[in-house]
Amino acid sequence: MKPGLILGATLAALALLAAALSLVWTPHDITQLAIVQKLQPPSVAHPFGTDHFGRDILSMVMLGAQVSIAVALVAVGIGMGLGVPLGLLAAAHRGGWLDEVVMRGNDLIFAFPSLVIAILITAVFGPSAVNAIIAIGIFNIPVFARVTRGGALPIWTLDYIRAAEVSGKGRARISLQHILPNIANLLIVQGTIQFSLGILAEAGLSYVGLGAQPPTPSWGRMLAEAQTMVTLAPHVAIIPGLCIVLTVLGLNLLGDGLRDALDPRLRVTR
Amino acid sequence: MAMTGPTARHFTVLSCGVSVRSMLRYLLHRVISLGLGLVAASVLIFAVVTLVPGDPASFMLGTGAQPETVAALRQQMGLDQPWPLRYLTWVGALLQGDFGQSLTYKTPVAGMIRDRMQVSLPLALMALVLAAAVAFPVGLFAASRRGRAGDVAVMGGTQLGIALPNFWFAMLLVLIFAVKLRWLPAGGFAGWGDPVAALKSLILPAIALALPQAAILARVLRSALIEQQGQDYIRTARAKGLSAGQTLRRHALRNAMIPVLTIMGMQFSFLLAGAIIIENVFYLPGLGRLIFQAISQRDLIVVQSAVLVLVAAVIAVTFLVDLAYAAIDPRLRQR
Repeated sequence: MKPGLILGATLAALALLAAALSLVWTPHDITQLAIVQKLQPPSVAHPFGTDHFGRDILSMVMLGAQVSIAVALVAVGIGMGLGVPLGLLAAAHRGGWLDEVVMRGNDLIFAFPSLVIAILITAVFGPSAVNAIIAIGIFNIPVFARVTRGGALPIWTLDYIRAAEVSGKGRARISLQHILPNIANLLIVQGTIQFSLGILAEAGLSYVGLGAQPPTPSWGRMLAEAQTMVTLAPHVAIIPGLCIVLTVLGLNLLGDGLRDALDPRLRVTR
Repeated sequence: MAMTGPTARHFTVLSCGVSVRSMLRYLLHRVISLGLGLVAASVLIFAVVTLVPGDPASFMLGTGAQPETVAALRQQMGLDQPWPLRYLTWVGALLQGDFGQSLTYKTPVAGMIRDRMQVSLPLALMALVLAAAVAFPVGLFAASRRGRAGDVAVMGGTQLGIALPNFWFAMLLVLIFAVKLRWLPAGGFAGWGDPVAALKSLILPAIALALPQAAILARVLRSALIEQQGQDYIRTARAKGLSAGQTLRRHALRNAMIPVLTIMGMQFSFLLAGAIIIENVFYLPGLGRLIFQAISQRDLIVVQSAVLVLVAAVIAVTFLVDLAYAAIDPRLRQR
């Protein structure tokens, strides 16, 4: 086991645990405002200090993890749910017009600056976590379609796939029964990477006020609110940022580590 | 570019009729996809703005507006026309340089975009230069110490760089260099009248934009260099007496440039679009901030034109990068 993989898995697991725990328990109730305790530095009662409303920052970042992870995870789900079938379809009809249409459509979406379009979508249809998910999810579709097609093409040339074709299995059944299990590794690795990109994108959108709306805490909005207080109480700005960095770092290390572990060829050349 | 200064090698490639034809086919292919990209972008943006809940005129004026005002704006925007006609009118006007009138400022949008570009474009360029200036030495260093402590440390650092949200990094930069040390302004932009002050106000935003991109670029350069180092021509160069460092800088680096240029092209468009958030952190009057102000003022005329300009710039840069590496690598034209 590589140390990077272990560190990555640990960090990612910590973020997931914090989010899961916050569903049932947080150290403090963040709906209780206590202005007298505002902007307190870290202490035993509040390990990460308090914000400008006197709310416990540890509880806030735990709940923020919930939003970040939910948005990024569902966006990956949208990307996989639509991108993988499209990629399988393109590979099954490789060289044909269907393949051409899917791949050109992919190129078009790829050429778009995703952040700008995501901002446009959330601005016009109203800022909310759901619209952020849709905006991020749309740009995951071509990524998964491309990875799926790229992984599926070499498998279609293998003898046992030929045999399955000759014995009368349809392309759809071959794709599902033989191609998909063989590219599952690739998809898991790409899923981890898109997950981490989704967390960064969600943080960006909620930082500019286009993500989950108050009172739901989110890491990006905590940073936006902290911006004016950064000189008075730096911890208000530093802690949510560190949460983003550590979660994204963990997922990236996990993705890289999984790729190396699952593909023996890469281990030699790297 | 090979076309402007053909060397002997390029000349042999171009003098062959088949290559000229494949080059033309490549060009045609790229131009068609550029056109398609622009059309798709305009349709998408038009669709998003048209599908706004309610209708654009009432959305822009808000709930408290008089019905007569809404009706007047609806007529001014041509909302009584069917949408295909409206789309064509919009695109037709855009092609003639008419981006419409801002609802809030009552000035032509084209002029506003031009003014804002004077901030956004230099910012993106500065960030790109900075990213390259950091990434090249770092990537070369890591590749030359592959697998050793220096490589591991540098690559760990780039992982951290990739995970940094640039707006958070920007806040930390402001805290350190503007608030604590007072070396640079924390935000704002007074215009190019005083170039030194203008550059000073762009330094922190450019660093914030550049660092995560530098990390990505350094990683790409390192793995491209390592891939080249396994090639036969490197072994030949070593056998002829060049040191490992010399082969790396003189030979491997040139061949590693193709993936690096590809990524840099993508990054330039990313920097242009990514500035949308950084400009808000530093209160820079760039295109990104214009889009945000227009969104909060519900000025859809500005929003749709400014977003289209940004998207078109990104698509155009991608197109230019495609052409640039066809010029660098003749093999790519053959496809």
